[in-house]
Parts: sequence; structure tokens; C-alpha cells
Amino acid sequence: MAERSFAREVESLRLGAGEVFEGEAILAVTKALLQSGVGYVAGYQGAPVSHLMDVLADAQGILAELGVRFEASASEATAAATLASSINYPIRGAVTWKSTVGTNVASDALSNLASAGVTGGALIILGEDYGEGASIMQERTHAFAMKSQMWLLDPRPDLPRIVELVERGFELSEASHSPVMLMMRIRACHMHGRFVASDNRRPQFTAADALAHPRRSYDRIILPPSTYAQEQEKVHERWPAAVRFITEHCINEFFDGEARTVGIVLQGGLYNTVLRALERAGVADIFGAARVPLYVLNATYPLVPEEILRFAAGKRALLVVEEGQPEFIEQALAQILAQAGSGTRVIGKGPLPMAGEYTGAVVLAGVGAFLEQFAPELLVATRRPAAEIALRPRGALAAAVPARPSGLCTGCPERPLFASMKLLARELGALHVSADIGCHSFATLPPFDLGASIMGYGLGAAGAAALSTVPERRPIALMGDGGFWHNGLTSGIANAVFNRHDGVTIIVDNGYSAATGGQLVPSSQVTLQERKARNPIEAAVRGVGVEWVRRVRTYDMKQTLAVLREAMTTSFRGPKVVLAEGECQLNRQRRVGPLLRRREQAGGRVVHQRFGVDESVCTGDHSCIRLSGCPSLTLKSSADPLRPEPVAHVDDTCVGCGVCGEVAHAAVLCPSFYRADVIANPSWRERLLDRVRRAIIGALQGREDTPA
Amino acid sequence: MSSAARPITLALAALGGQGGGVVTGWLTSVARREGYLVQATSVPGVAQRTGATLYYLEFFAEKDLPADGRRPVMALMPNPGDVDVVVATELLEAVRSVQRGLVTAERTILITSTHRAYTISEKAHTGDGRADSGQLLQEARQGAKRLVMLDMAALAAEQGAIISAVVLGAIAGADALPFAPESYREAIAEGGTAVALNIAAFDASLERTRAGAAPKAAPAAPTPAAVPEGLARQIRDFPVAVQPILEHGVTRLIDYQDVAYAHEYLHTLGRIRALEDPTDVRAELTGSVARGLALWMSVEDTIRVAQQKIRPQRRAALRRAARLKPGQLLEVREFLRPRLEELCGTLPAGLGRRLLASAAWRRRLARFTGERTVRTTSVSGYLLLRLVAGLRRWRRGTLRHSLEQAQIAAWLATIERLAPRDYGLAVRVADAQHLVRGYGETYERGLANFQRVLTAAERLTGADAAECLARLLRAGQADDEGLAMQRELTALGLGPQTAAPAS
Repeated sequence: MAERSFAREVESLRLGAGEVFEGEAILAVTKALLQSGVGYVAGYQGAPVSHLMDVLADAQGILAELGVRFEASASEATAAATLASSINYPIRGAVTWKSTVGTNVASDALSNLASAGVTGGALIILGEDYGEGASIMQERTHAFAMKSQMWLLDPRPDLPRIVELVERGFELSEASHSPVMLMMRIRACHMHGRFVASDNRRPQFTAADALAHPRRSYDRIILPPSTYAQEQEKVHERWPAAVRFITEHCINEFFDGEARTVGIVLQGGLYNTVLRALERAGVADIFGAARVPLYVLNATYPLVPEEILRFAAGKRALLVVEEGQPEFIEQALAQILAQAGSGTRVIGKGPLPMAGEYTGAVVLAGVGAFLEQFAPELLVATRRPAAEIALRPRGALAAAVPARPSGLCTGCPERPLFASMKLLARELGALHVSADIGCHSFATLPPFDLGASIMGYGLGAAGAAALSTVPERRPIALMGDGGFWHNGLTSGIANAVFNRHDGVTIIVDNGYSAATGGQLVPSSQVTLQERKARNPIEAAVRGVGVEWVRRVRTYDMKQTLAVLREAMTTSFRGPKVVLAEGECQLNRQRRVGPLLRRREQAGGRVVHQRFGVDESVCTGDHSCIRLSGCPSLTLKSSADPLRPEPVAHVDDTCVGCGVCGEVAHAAVLCPSFYRADVIANPSWRERLLDRVRRAIIGALQGREDTPA
Repeated sequence: MSSAARPITLALAALGGQGGGVVTGWLTSVARREGYLVQATSVPGVAQRTGATLYYLEFFAEKDLPADGRRPVMALMPNPGDVDVVVATELLEAVRSVQRGLVTAERTILITSTHRAYTISEKAHTGDGRADSGQLLQEARQGAKRLVMLDMAALAAEQGAIISAVVLGAIAGADALPFAPESYREAIAEGGTAVALNIAAFDASLERTRAGAAPKAAPAAPTPAAVPEGLARQIRDFPVAVQPILEHGVTRLIDYQDVAYAHEYLHTLGRIRALEDPTDVRAELTGSVARGLALWMSVEDTIRVAQQKIRPQRRAALRRAARLKPGQLLEVREFLRPRLEELCGTLPAGLGRRLLASAAWRRRLARFTGERTVRTTSVSGYLLLRLVAGLRRWRRGTLRHSLEQAQIAAWLATIERLAPRDYGLAVRVADAQHLVRGYGETYERGLANFQRVLTAAERLTGADAAECLARLLRAGQADDEGLAMQRELTALGLGPQTAAPAS
């Protein structure tokens, strides 16, 4: 998909029985789907599961051979609804997205799917975006599993185990007629490892079979009285079936240890972290042999009371290592033990924090505190300082290290848009900006500092809905092309038309779902075989009734500023939509770079553009940086002894997008900027002209040297 | 229970887009060649854009595996106090690793690039917001068991290769891992991209790291060009402490205008020096005025900009910077945007004033203002700028010059008035010249802030007046809109009514 090639990854999907697969865990999951005889795969990209979508999108050949249908869904809701095919037919289906945001979007369909129940295995692969590197609010997927009675797998980060659990996940789903969620944490997704592959399997039942013999049953419809029956079925049949399957197939793992009075219950995904903490505390070796018994929950929902009681038998206390809040597992354990009359204490949040990622240091401190209290004899005295090292404060250093927030890439087309908005705010006063999800979220960071709220993907315009009362002060909403097609067209634009909203919505059209890795969207400017792109945003916007629509090239800041000014001040009442166009520079470089290199090598004329700053003209006040923030626009120590402030400097990574010049012009900044065009393989005319010019200017400069 | 063998742990702190993933890929391949189990993870997330990213690897020698078939459980993230090698591809990220506790003096080898990629808060500062590199290096040295330094960015640029190959070379050169250089080379070759280039960069980096390259010393302050003897004699009458500034000032003003102009400069400074205690050899006031006055007298007017743009040295420097290959041509475009003020400022003062005051003329002249892109590599573009630069001989008669002279006079008058009463305050007023810089609207905002400072200085009387003014000066640099200064003025009880209108 997009401009990046995943050819090598695609090849690894072809591996047969006995061959060794090597790569990232999320790719291993993709391979496991094919080994499980999946009939269709759908999803919506987002870290950390984008890779699954990207690779499958490039794997059309393999998918066609196997008869697997693949869709890059319009949204997570679409992906979830795709699983409907597994309600009535024995087709295995898998969908994927980033959680919990994607699960939120999908939850209408998921609830209905979970109520109806499934015939074919339905697997939902979730990238749990929690902790370091996460780009969303911090919540748990666990709650969704509990409220809808879907089962939640949280595999131990070990490639063979993960692959096995994908296959078992389908079986669990079929055995209990319930959808199953397989949760992958960020680091686990990007974990590099190996497993021994098996052959890919063609789906036993295909879409063609379904269409040839359509089936329906009112029992599976989400209307009363079926819904009442479905709820009973969930509790009395599917749930017990799931518990039975989990027990019989040893989904959860027990690791014995010599300590008799304590034990640790942990989420499968945290296994490696807990083991390392135990090893550092001196109660485990590096190969996983711990002196404390471990109960590893590869299925975190539903829990298996029988297993829990067995594990707790004879123990004084259990430590529950459960990341995130609230502490669902800990509560359930306490309840199960209490109801069984067990005297075993359940310890969790307390020694371990209620909120925040369970890093090695956090787990080490928590496990240490637990053992200190309940089994101090296990702790080797000499190893104790480890915990202290782990959490040693480095406060004295903090001041010297400025944060490094993410920002827009070099040459990003959104930069001139936000610079224009900053200039607009200088003219009109501070703006209320309703921001959205996407690269443009970075507008909320320095140097732009634009955006008061972010309500969700595609919800920028909706987020400004209440603010349409004073005609002379309009709110501005931002939305990306990705968010627009995801839901913004209806939730934002059509809503604004219908309710006669008087605000301005800027749709940032960079041609890709850029923040998630440059995937294609319905308006991308490409011709594809399997999908139809080039569907214009403008036609869609006008189609839902917007009358005031303008298109601007963001790199043309003069035009952009003029259009934004007009949108904010026009007497026209009703929604005003500005399509801010400029191709994602990252993808543009991937697309154009190789073409230009080839042309240059073949002797064709190519112009390389770079910007620069005249050191002797720059006065070092950095206004340009405060308006642009381009990574390639940086600082350089001043060579001027009278002016110690560093001067602005354009480094080698400049892609010549032109924004420096535009900013200098639009903001009336300074004459320091120049553009250097290096012309490779010039024509003979150009060469001649160049020679003449240099001769004349050289001669004139010779005279110039003598002071006037 | 505890076995002697533990994994070797390595954290790689990189910036988004620096190819940390490439290095990670190579290292996993190296490890496998050397008979090591390896696990690598990362948290790219949104940080893949420009933020800080962290990669983490663990290596375990297969020869140390137990006979019972068990395998090591590798951690998915670096644990503070448990990292053997930290590689930072930028200096600040090295110190961040120290701050996070990943680098510990007990066990960590820290391999860092000495170059800086400035953060947005450092870059956006109106003055110099850069973290002190010397201090950063010291933190890195103190935090680590062993520090290995190399300017990886410079070496990558020198080699024309991606920084990843240089990073890998530094890891090999530091002998931080028990792997032979040949395995690294094989891993690069297996990657298949730009193999020769990357191996050359790897080798250069390996050698330089082994040689223990010291960080480049900061370039020495430039010595001023020879000053004509008449001026040099006058300069020698000033305290030694300020003589270098005066020499730079004089050189600058001769280049800007002429020798007579430099004489004016020294004459004015003589007046300022007379305000000081003759035994005060630090001559703080003279020094500050000398710096500010030289800058102000050489204000970047239209003529000056044109002069800088057509220097032969600049042309040569641009050609060098463009790294032209044989047969390639260079074209240079300047982004200029003269406003009416710049246009009229270049005219004789009386005429310029009349035109600026006339609405009809303003309209007529408007078409000569606005965005101009001038090609200095074309004959016509060069001649245009040369023409403007040539107006230098009439500069003293221009409107801009007379406006600046009036501002300078007001500044000096304030200093002369305050110095006998409160020397410290006068020095701060001299420092305030610093606010007046830039072009167009930036210049006007700076001047407005400067005038606020001047007005405030006259009204400050207490013993802490100098300190208050220093605070005000810092506030003047905090933002573009002058909001911080407004707040500071209010706090000083010199509320908004004292704000001078922008000129």
C-alpha cells in the first residue's frame, strides 16, 4: 500500500510447514491468520497494527491464491460489521485496529456481533496502544470484553505462543460462539523473533459458498425477543463453553516454584517484564525458572475460577500484576476467592501503581515490595539495591534536558497551513480551533500551539458544533482527509449543513492516511486494481449540501491566508469548507525520489532545490522558526563577534518545499532566505547562458571589490 | 538459581527518521552470525516523525544455553540500572538516557554522537536557547562507566552515507559488543542497500571511534581585520577589556559605510567612556554601548542587504555549499519583500517623508513593493542589487538613516542621563539595544519593545532598578507579541499607559 513496498514481508507469508519465519510479531500474527484458514480479513490502520494491514494490502497475490477476501475498511465500525459474515456461516474472519480508540468506533457493531453470536471463528486483533509510545488516551480494552462477553487473549510475548494463540483464538470463538479479541501491546507488536511456520490453509467455507446458499435465522437478529434469549445464551452456554475451552486447551500457563505461601498472577503480555524483575530481585533465573509460582493469564477474560482456586490453594497471598485501571482482574480474583471461602489475600494495586505503564522499574519495585512483605526469606539481601537503582531520581539533571515533542516532517504541506493560521490569528485575534486526529494534531504543539480540543478521529468539525452563535467570531475546525472519509463527512460536514452551522472547517488533504504510515484513502491520487481511489472530497462535500467551498494549495501561503481570511469574515452564513491541499512530503519523496534519481542517471535534466539562510543577513531573532518549525530549519553558531545569538540555518535534509520563502514573504520576515537550484544535466543553452552570466558578474565583481 | 550468564542489553536512543530501525536490523543480523540469540523491540509510535525514539535489544550467547533446552526470557524494554550499552545518535538524547536511568555509572558504556539536533524550544527562543553542549557532555561523562564520543552526523555527511552506518561503526569501534567487525560488514552487505557506501562509512566510523576522536573544539573567535592606524590609535585609548569589541565595530562600520563613519563611532564611545570611572577597567557600559552602537549604526537597511547579497565571497560559499558536481549549474533566488517603508527609507529623507505622508503616492508606489524573487545569478538580478548597494555613498542622506540616527541619539541621551545617577541601570539600557533587530514587522515590534524599556528606565528609581530592567529585557525576548513584557511592566507598576506606540 501507499508508496512503501512490503515485498519482503509478503514473501514471508508464503513460508510452508517446517520453514522458519523471522520478523516482527505483528507480521507473525498475519502469517498465523493464513495458517488458520481465515476467509476474510478487514481492518483500519493505526499503530501498532498498521503493519498487518500494509502487508496484506500488498499480498493480493497470495490472498487470491488462497481465496481470502481483504478489505481496507472505511473505519473500525466497518471492519467490525464485516464480521457479520461469521454469524450465519462457518467462515473464519479476522479484523484489526488500534485500541481502545478503534474499539470505541467499532463498539456498536461489536456489541451486536457479540449478542448475535458467531458460527465461524471471529478474531479481533487489537493493538493495545498503552504506555510509552502511545498516541491516544490511556484506557483498557478489558472493559469492552466484559460488557459484551467477548473473550480477551493477552498472549505471552513469544512468537510461537502468539501464533498458536491466533489459531486457538479461532477455535475458542467457534467453540463458544463468541467473538475473541487478541490483544497485542506496542512493544510486543514490534518484537523481532522466529517461529516454525506451517502451511497456509484455504478457507473451508468461502464467500461464494455463502452466496450460493444464503442462510438466516431470526435467533441471530438483534431485536426482541432474540436479544433476551441471546443474553441468556451468553451467560448459560457461551461463557461456560469458553471457560471449558480455555481449561482444556491450557490457554493459561502455570509455572511452578518452590515458594508455597505466595504466588503471582499476571497478564500474559507482562510475562517477560515480570520475569526480568524477578531475576533482578534474585528470585528467578534468566531462563524463566522462578522460586515463586506463576499463573500466566494468556486469556484475561473470562477468568477460570477453578484454575484460580487451584493456584491459590495453601497460599497466604497472591500478587496480581495487571496493567492499567481499574483493576478488573484483581477484583474478580478477590471475589472468586472470597466466595470460595479462601483465606488467600489478593494484592495488586498498592505495591503496584493504579495507573501508568508497567515498566521494568515499576514491576521490580512492586514485586520487591510484595515479596518483602509476604516472603522476605526469598529475597537475597545483596540483590535488594537493584530496586533502588531502578528508581533513583535524576532531578538535578532535569533542567538541562529539554523535551523533544514530535513534530511535522521536513517539507510537510501542513506546516504552511498552520503558519498561515498563526498569521491569521495575528490579524483577527486568537482563534478557537477544534483539532482532530492525524499528523495535524501536531499543530497543537509548539511552535504552532493551535487547537483547543481533540474529540476523536474525524470529529474536528463536530467538536466545534456548539460554537456557532456569534457571526463575527467563527470557530475553525480541522480535519484530515483520513478522518473525513472515516466519519467526518457525516458527523462533521453534513451535520454542519443540516444545523446551519456558521463555522469554518479546514480539511487537510495530503492524499494519504499519513500519520498511520501513508495508507491510501478514497481520495488518494492513485489508480488501483482492487480498489477505486480518486474520489474527490470536494464532490462529497458539495454532495451533502455545502455551498461555500474553496480549495487552496497550502504551500501558497498568500492564497491560503487570503482564503482563510475570507472564510472567517465573509457575510455568507452556513458552513464554510476549505480544502487545504498538499501531498504528504514523506510519501512524495518515496514516490518522486526514485523517479528523479533514475532520470538523472539517464542524463535527464533534474533540478534539486534547497533553501538557505544568509548568515550575514540573519539577525538571529528566529521569527522564521517560530512560524515554521521545520526540522531542517535549525540553528548555527554565529560567526559575528558582535552578535552572539545563533543564526538560522537550513541543514542538508531540506527538500526545497518552498515554505521558508513563503513564510519570509507572507510574514514580511527578512531577506535572509535564498533558494539554491542545482541543475543536473542542463541543456546546452543553459550551460552557455550560465557561462556568459558568470563571466559578466565575475568581471563586475572584480570592480566591486574596491570600496566605493 | 541464578546463572552467571545474562543477556547483553543495548538501548538505542535515536530521533525519528534517523534510521534506528536500520541499525536494529543490522545488529540482529550481526548477533545471529556470531551465534547469539537476539530480541529487538521498539516503540516508534508517533515519535517516528521527529520525536525521540528508543530501540532495545538483548543478546544471549547460544553457547551459554542450558542443556535442558530452556531459553532465556528476554525483556521487552530497557530496565534502569540493567543496560550494558546505550547508543545515542544525538547528544541531548544521550543525556536523556542518563536522566532516565538507562545509563548508569556502574555498568553502562555510553556511545554518543556529539552533534546536536536542536529541539523546538531551543530553536524558537528569540535569543540563544540552546542547551550548553559542554554541560551535556559532562553529564554524559559523569553518568556513564565509559563514554565514547564521535560526531556521527558530520562523519555521515563527510561519507555521503546515512547516519546508521556510522552508528554501527561506532558500536563496533567501541568494542561494546563481543562481535567481530567482519560480522558487521556482512550484515550491511546482506541488507543490500548502498552496500559499498555504507561499508566505507562503517569502516571510517570504526577507525575514528577506535582512535578516540576528541570532540571538536569550538571555533576560536575571529580576529578582526587590520584596522587603519588612525583608528587603531584611538582604540588603544580605551581599556583593554573592550578593545576587541571596538576593533570589530570599526571593521564592520568601514565595511558598512566608510572610515569617517568609524571615526564617528569612536567619538561617540569616547563620550560614553567619559561617563565611567577612569579606574574602572572593566568598562561595562562602554563595552555594551560599543556592541550595540556598532550593530545599530550598521543597521540592515536595503542597501546593506544588497551589499551582502552580491559579495563575491558569498557566491563562492554558495557554490561550495551546493556541492556542485561537474556539469551541474547553480541558480540562486533571493526572497525579498520590500515594503513602502523600505522603498522610501532608501530615498533622500525629505522626499521619503513627503511620499510616505501622501496617500496618493503611497498608492502609486505600492506596485514597487511586495514579494520580489530576485535571481542573483542572473545579470539583471545582480545589477539590480548592485545598483541598490551602490546607493551606499548617499546613505547618510536617506530617510532610514536619519530615522535610525534619531533613535540612536535618544538611546544615548537616556544612557548619558542615567549613568551618573545609576550606572547599573545605564548598562541595562545599553544592553536593551539588543531588542532592536530583524526586518520589517519583526524590527518594528523590537523597536516598540525597546521604546517601552527606555520609558520604563526613566521611571525606575529604586535601588533595584537595574535588576527590574534586566527582567524586563528578558521578558522582551519571551514572545513575539510582547505579552510577557506587558505583564512585567504591569508588575513593575508601569502599566500599559507607558507603552510607546509602535513607530
